[in-house]
Amino acid sequence: MSNVVSALDGQVAPGEVTVRELGLRGMITLRGDLSSRKLQNICKKLTGVAFPKQGGVASEGDKGLAWMSPDEVLVMVPHAEAAPAVAAIEAALKGEHFLAVNVSDARAVFSVQGAFSREVIAKLAPADLHPDRFKEGMMRRTRLGQVAAAFWMVDEETFCVICFRSVAEYTFGLLKASAGAGEVGYL
Amino acid sequence: MLILRCPYCGVDVDETDLHGGGEAHLKRFGPGSTDDEFHDYLFMRENPKGVHFERWQHSYGCGKWFLAARCTATLEVFGTYPAQTTEPPKEVVEAIKAKRPNWEVL
Ligand SMILES: [Zn+2]
Repeated sequence: MSNVVSALDGQVAPGEVTVRELGLRGMITLRGDLSSRKLQNICKKLTGVAFPKQGGVASEGDKGLAWMSPDEVLVMVPHAEAAPAVAAIEAALKGEHFLAVNVSDARAVFSVQGAFSREVIAKLAPADLHPDRFKEGMMRRTRLGQVAAAFWMVDEETFCVICFRSVAEYTFGLLKASAGAGEVGYL
Repeated sequence: MLILRCPYCGVDVDETDLHGGGEAHLKRFGPGSTDDEFHDYLFMRENPKGVHFERWQHSYGCGKWFLAARCTATLEVFGTYPAQTTEPPKEVVEAIKAKRPNWEVL
């Protein structure tokens, strides 16, 4: 068995807003008919969270479901459970038109935690992060600086950010610089 | 700066998260058409100063293509709608006419 490590091996940038690489996480890209009862049920069974509506996300620790597009949902599970989860999806959706791929090792995950975490993200993404517009339970796919990323709020002061593993170092540096530059005081 | 609402995600998306795909509602001329028709389909575009229908892809988001009606001079957006639409929807045409009374559907 190979020794699997995450891109930045849990690197932390402490501060008023702390940026932390969260290590390995199981992620499965599942495309198919999101209104299918079978598809929703297997997603709920694997993660224990509610199936998200348009633009929504639900997460609990390492587990979660995120709406990625009208025909795509991201299934998150602990890293070691990703391969068995793909097998479980394939068994549950046999006969349906779908695609399930284990993308765990193509991704990096970060938390951005602190009082002005909202502004740390807002400085980097062309998305409206006003508290009235972006709230817990929403998933946003956009970019941070020059790279594609997605984020959601775990609680009022914590964002979870995902990006491609190949740009993990850039994303970490970007979040660290944005956090280190301090609060803007606008949001 | 141009901001369009992705009809699939329901969120307002900045131009830098999108990829432009040129004029919308083109009629395709392929095998069996005349050379002139094929030439026009490939190369001839409206390019108006004013109301324009365009294809856009939410490339940094859901990845889907959608259509938008906007003014090329003011960047005012009249509406966005799914790509599986062969002509501008009634509500978009009405929104344009409310702002541009002299505008006519081509
Ligand atoms: Zn979209």
